[in-house]
Amino acid sequence: MALSGIQIYKLLPQTNCKDCGYPTCLAFAMKLAAKQAELALCPHVSEESASKLSAAAQPPVRPMALRSNGFEVKAGAETVLFRHEKTFVNRPGLFVRVRDSDSADAIQAKVRAADAYTVDYVGMDLTLDGIAVQADGGDFAAAVQAVRAVSQRPLLLFAGAEALKAGLSLLAAGEIPLLGVADAENWQEMAALAKQAGAPLAVAGASVDALVDLAQKVKEAGVADIVLAPAQRSLLGVLKANTIIRRMALKKNFRPLGYPILSFPGDWGDPAREAVLAGQAIAKYSGFIVLDHFAPEVAYPLLVLRENIYTDPQKPIQVTPGIYEINNPGPDDPVLVTTNFSITYFSVANEVEGSGNKAWMLVADAEGMSVLTAWAAGKFDAERIAKDVKRFGVADKVGRKRIVLPGHVAVLSGELEEELPDWEVRVGPREAVDLPKFMKQVLV
Amino acid sequence: MVAALAELGGLDEATIQALQGGVGLPAIPAAPAAPMAPPLPPEPAPVAAAAAVEPEKMVEPAPDAEWLPAGVQTEIAVEKWSGKVKEIALGAAAAEGGSRGAVVKIGGQTAMPFMFMDGELPNAPVIAVEIADRRPDGWSELLYQAWGDVLDDPAAWAKAAAAAGANVLYMRLSLTDAEGQPNTPAKAVAAVRAVLQATGLPLIVVGPGQAEADNDLLVPISEAFKGERLALGICEDKNYRTIVATAMANGHLVIARTAMDVNLAKQLNILISDMGLPLDRILMDPTTGALGYGFEYGYSVMERLRQAALQGDAMTQLPMIVNPGEEAWKTKEAKVGEGVPAAWGDWSERSITWETLTSTMLIESGADIVVLRHPETVKRTRVAIDDLMNQ
Repeated sequence: MALSGIQIYKLLPQTNCKDCGYPTCLAFAMKLAAKQAELALCPHVSEESASKLSAAAQPPVRPMALRSNGFEVKAGAETVLFRHEKTFVNRPGLFVRVRDSDSADAIQAKVRAADAYTVDYVGMDLTLDGIAVQADGGDFAAAVQAVRAVSQRPLLLFAGAEALKAGLSLLAAGEIPLLGVADAENWQEMAALAKQAGAPLAVAGASVDALVDLAQKVKEAGVADIVLAPAQRSLLGVLKANTIIRRMALKKNFRPLGYPILSFPGDWGDPAREAVLAGQAIAKYSGFIVLDHFAPEVAYPLLVLRENIYTDPQKPIQVTPGIYEINNPGPDDPVLVTTNFSITYFSVANEVEGSGNKAWMLVADAEGMSVLTAWAAGKFDAERIAKDVKRFGVADKVGRKRIVLPGHVAVLSGELEEELPDWEVRVGPREAVDLPKFMKQVLV
Repeated sequence: MVAALAELGGLDEATIQALQGGVGLPAIPAAPAAPMAPPLPPEPAPVAAAAAVEPEKMVEPAPDAEWLPAGVQTEIAVEKWSGKVKEIALGAAAAEGGSRGAVVKIGGQTAMPFMFMDGELPNAPVIAVEIADRRPDGWSELLYQAWGDVLDDPAAWAKAAAAAGANVLYMRLSLTDAEGQPNTPAKAVAAVRAVLQATGLPLIVVGPGQAEADNDLLVPISEAFKGERLALGICEDKNYRTIVATAMANGHLVIARTAMDVNLAKQLNILISDMGLPLDRILMDPTTGALGYGFEYGYSVMERLRQAALQGDAMTQLPMIVNPGEEAWKTKEAKVGEGVPAAWGDWSERSITWETLTSTMLIESGADIVVLRHPETVKRTRVAIDDLMNQ
């Protein structure tokens, strides 16, 4: 939790010596609070104050990253409990789990599919993040080797210390996997191993007290990057544990819970339940999520949910400006203009697509605003539309040059006729829902 | 006639049955018992739902240990709120002048969703299943397959929805009949009556979504079923007065819908309560988008509305109803099974997951009623609600 200028001032020498370059200690404190100055500028601050100030300056949820072969999965650094307050920072990593009791062929078939999975959502290629390898009475190192033969993505390694050592020895230098899961029985050897490997360590706890206790012990043993795995599997249990962890970190600056969270929605065994638990983990504060089933029809909605939840609430998802085809249009079909605010785009595209009408859709660059907002802000005018008509070579796509403006900006039609003299400019309905009727009855 | 009768003291089960059976007074102008059914499509191929999932050990895990056991040492940060969401009863039993077998209560919260450590959450979220007065046009083929022939008979559909796990029925009136002729008040009243008789569940009735048709159909329904404590909708800023007035006169609730904006929602609630309808007879629909189609706006607006309610803002202290079913089944992901990217996977499972994730995540952001379309989504959402309420 950040300190206020006054709180910082109380920790400074209050001598107004000006050695820091500011006229008073209070002025310096204000600069510190605004993060416009460094504490190192003050040569006289006591060690005690300095450690308090640096502790307060640390992010409440410790940031960390898993790495391998050019891939990176970041977690932590979150600052709010609700996404409308401020953007959630690091999208939780989605990992598909394999067990060392499975055959190498079975492991590789699952990993290959998960590793290669990519799906397009509003022009973004979404993928899963990595693989979790679980000791389950088999040959752990062999399983890690089988995974690495087909996937270079970051790993979560879940085994006892001996097996983990064998697994770690197979990884390339510079890889940072997540190790785990340490419990009250094995935490000492696990912590020693994590420290030696420079890797984050997941710790489990059946209750909040047990988790706090273990996180503190592991930290004292020299592990800096800790990941919390509350031993809860039900929706309510996970929701409660995750909320308390994040709330304690953010509102109380409670260090032992100021770490990313690891969740195992697959522990239920039922894929339908797993999807809902994974959805909740995405929306409610998990940093690493372990899936036991991989299926494209579930991965796709989960990845979309993750994008939705982690979108900047002030800056909606934008669609890349350009010319989009709806129902395979031909040269005689009309050009419908709209803005690149994703909801605007989807409303128009869905209505036209659902109606079976063919059209070219010109998504103009309106900086991600809806039609009326963009028009009011001067980001959606005849000049810009004409510019995008040329930029995207729209005239080359159609023989019959008909362009339809949204009804809300009918006022632009005169100017657009001047900008595009060889085009027939039409004014469409105000609402997307009326487009199919308009296209059928007016645009013939 | 029925309306006049209803005004004299409500319609109880016996009266309705008497009317239906032709005993005593002739009921409303004869309407066909069920709309003419279009020829049925050939038997659809069974959907390969979970075929992609390899058989695996399905071990139900042991119950979780209590995360916050008695005597917890860590000083837990608890959120205490001063406000409370209004508790609203939907549907009226015979003692209250209606004919419903079950009265459903929603609202009453003094904490954010499922935060039992912070306050009271007396009522579980409710699942409403969407039905209609005739076979709907333009639905996904998967929905036609899932419900089958009951789509041609509102009463049978109501029974099937109840069997699928609905707590409440959400009945949409059509603008036209299957032949394209305008719907009439008589037909609409008859369809609502059939649905009310088919089950004891509370009923929400919404118009076709065009102001004039909504008012023409909803007013006679409101009068015919006075005292049933239906929820009537949909009130929007452009058309709310007629619906509110008739709900007020006949003991019903209304649904107030606004477009994903906290202030618009408050404003419409103020306008409606200014007409004299008590706040505990308004359900607010802040509108949502399906996953991938504006979901995050609906999600955050609901969180903000609920926070405002708990902070003490009276005009937001209303239970929320949203329509993830309609939104999810509008998406291409749910509607289209062919010619889509291979990365979208199995059509049926994708669609159901789409609707289920939209509904469960909205429940976690504050929805008191979710309106759903697919019976499998109802089942999965029910499992989630039971889990979330299982302290």
